[in-house]
Amino acid sequence: MTELKQRILTAVQKPARYTGGEWGEVKKNLSDVRVRVAFCFPDTYEIGMSNLGMRILYGVMNRMDGIWCERVFAPWGDMEAEMRKNHLPLWALESQNPVRDFDMIAFTIGYEMAYSNILNMLDLAGVPLHAKDRVGLKNIVFAGGVCAFNPEPLAEFIDFFSLGEGEDSTVEIVSLYDRAKAEDWDKDTFLKEVAKIPGVYVPSFYRHEYNEDGTLKAIVPLDGAPETVTKRIIEDLDSAYFPTEMIVPSTEIVHDRANLEAFRGCIRGCRFCQAGFSCRPVRKKSPEVLYRQAVQTLEHSGNNEITVSSLSTSDYRGLKELTDQLIPYCSENKVNLSVPSLRADNFSRELMEKLQTVRKSGLTFAPEAGTQRLRDVINKNLTEEEILNTCSQAFSGGWNNVKLYFMLGLPTETDEDVLGIAELVYKVIQAWKENAVNKKRGLRVHVATAYFVPKPHTPFQWEKQITPQEYLRRCRLLKSHFYSKSIVYDYHSPDLSRLEAVFARGDRRLGPVIETAVKNGARLDGWDEYFNYAKWYDAFRQCGVDEDFYTTRGYGEEEILPWDTIDVGVSKAFLKRERRRAYDGQVTPDCRHGCAGCGANRLLQEVVCDA
Amino acid sequence: MPRALFEKLGNARYISHLDLMRVFQRAFKRAGLPLTHTQGFNPRPSVSIALPLSLGVESRCELLDFELEHPCSCDEICGRLNAALIDGVHIRGVYEQGQKLKGLALLQSRLVLEYDRQIPDDVYEQIQNLFFQPELIVEKKGKNGITQQDIIPMIRRLSVKRLTGEELEISALHSCQNPSLNPMQLVAAVTKYLPELAPDYVRCFREEIYDANETIFR
Repeated sequence: MTELKQRILTAVQKPARYTGGEWGEVKKNLSDVRVRVAFCFPDTYEIGMSNLGMRILYGVMNRMDGIWCERVFAPWGDMEAEMRKNHLPLWALESQNPVRDFDMIAFTIGYEMAYSNILNMLDLAGVPLHAKDRVGLKNIVFAGGVCAFNPEPLAEFIDFFSLGEGEDSTVEIVSLYDRAKAEDWDKDTFLKEVAKIPGVYVPSFYRHEYNEDGTLKAIVPLDGAPETVTKRIIEDLDSAYFPTEMIVPSTEIVHDRANLEAFRGCIRGCRFCQAGFSCRPVRKKSPEVLYRQAVQTLEHSGNNEITVSSLSTSDYRGLKELTDQLIPYCSENKVNLSVPSLRADNFSRELMEKLQTVRKSGLTFAPEAGTQRLRDVINKNLTEEEILNTCSQAFSGGWNNVKLYFMLGLPTETDEDVLGIAELVYKVIQAWKENAVNKKRGLRVHVATAYFVPKPHTPFQWEKQITPQEYLRRCRLLKSHFYSKSIVYDYHSPDLSRLEAVFARGDRRLGPVIETAVKNGARLDGWDEYFNYAKWYDAFRQCGVDEDFYTTRGYGEEEILPWDTIDVGVSKAFLKRERRRAYDGQVTPDCRHGCAGCGANRLLQEVVCDA
Repeated sequence: MPRALFEKLGNARYISHLDLMRVFQRAFKRAGLPLTHTQGFNPRPSVSIALPLSLGVESRCELLDFELEHPCSCDEICGRLNAALIDGVHIRGVYEQGQKLKGLALLQSRLVLEYDRQIPDDVYEQIQNLFFQPELIVEKKGKNGITQQDIIPMIRRLSVKRLTGEELEISALHSCQNPSLNPMQLVAAVTKYLPELAPDYVRCFREEIYDANETIFR
């Protein structure tokens, strides 16, 4: 007779995402395994398998002797319904064993909208949600990823956070657990010891006290816990582990290709961008190593596409050397090479033309703001001239498709800035009329506006978010100024970005809100099919928490911030300085044209900042 | 064009037809057997699979046509591909030149009907008799909605066997091209005309393929 799980698989959409068995998955003999880690990605298989960070840490842990790391993803709604109906607990792909049987349960969190999935996955696994209800060493839950840079909304659910890049710290953490298990420590002893590993933050070692107005009064470290915890980084990327033996999914995923990481950090300093500050300092990888890893990855995986990723690939010094080697290899082996995140400079334009020989893709710009004044405020170093020049060249080369991304609600934004977007779009259309070689095909300009979300560890971390009503008014204002049929305008619904803003700068009082929302049925909030703000609205009301406190209120510069315990390298003094420069409309040159003194270079001991 | 005979068993049955094409394209690359590509704006590797298999169905007789950039012996292709394939997808043989696909006419299918209750000893006769009728109309979902289809003319032979107290097996040799019978239609007929024998779960297998003269097709 066919077992229950197999029967369910026949009844759900895309069952291959629940079976494991892909090329490159790691299986181990249980008799050789001392510590089992369930590595959970709080979203679907298609999203999680596209995540390079997860691939790296999967490889890092499975290289360890006696450690077996397996993958777990959030089930889609149809599968969750079957699991709950049939009392089938969440399982890990490789062994198909229940997650609750694992020693450690790890989460990587890249997006606030995944918070509901974390709790829902723990619940589906049959693991207690609250850290305090998980006694003993079994089912230690830890988490990392960019959201760990303000982990407070999750503080009561996660035993500890691993801050920053995990190639080294994960090995230290899992090794310590291995010892703790062998020596039969209690959980408290383990947490005290794990907190000594640099980059590890144990939220239960800190007490948060509040003022009557709801702001933080004090963050009190308990039992000698350090006042701040500094994120970990890898100094030498050339010698760091990189997964050239990647898992190749048997079903299509979002980014179904091999991935190369050219460098880490960013020299740009766009004032709204969390990654741009929290991933500093800049560390390079050499083109030789990248080329070698590209060939190894492609040969092992059989992928026919590879992408060179980073926060701003044009800023990679070895780009010419790398692409000079990679382009011939890729065309000979019928591999598509994609190089996203290019700026509109001359070399990048040439490169884009060369890549066109392999495949034609669209042209995308993220000016973020419509006027030069506002682009100076946010320090987005992209001029109208650069955009129009690149567009003109692309149009004369036969391109007929442009995507333009903007944000609405940026600090100091006026209606004039909003209408500046419309003006810029018309100039792009004009450039097409003047340069297009084949006008019969017509032009498509996709314009998208996002609702600005202030993020921790950026110069805008204290800013107010505009109200959803005001955001929609600005969207409509802009829309009423788009007359051309060539323009396709999309604007994000404000609910999701409002919620994102709440959690991005949230504190510990949001824990009950997340728990209540999940009980109300919130999950898969990153998906339009599932996101329902009403469930969250009810949860905020039930818990007596006001969203506006975290969004439209704005934070005072002297206020204690929930994420003050977390040190990502960039100093608060620098962020304040940058904020003032923003209000003065003063740009800060990129790091290569002069160090702005962000402070992240103090994380480096062996190498210097490669900005 | 060379042809491979492969099986798709176990968890591999949850890989869709389109995904399986990608699995093969990558397996050829991993095996160091570059495929030729189609001409045009979006060059694609030249692999094609005859008779797309429904999700969840297992098979021992799938056909894959492909074209390599550089000639290679059939044995070597078989060995190298198998070393580069995932569990459940396995090449059984490679042929230098496949027969013309339009000659493929018959499919031997095996269905295991599972019941969550004990079934009486004689039910296989009831089911067998159902398929001995001159006409058996079953609904067929197609592109243009639901149509009525008489499945009897498409069945060449059929037998029913009781495997255990909870399992029945239907084996059928039936047409698989012009017109084609989806073997799950046999279960649909049971469910429609003998609702008390509607199974709780069905496993479906493709066992062998033949030409119109019942000669094994390769």
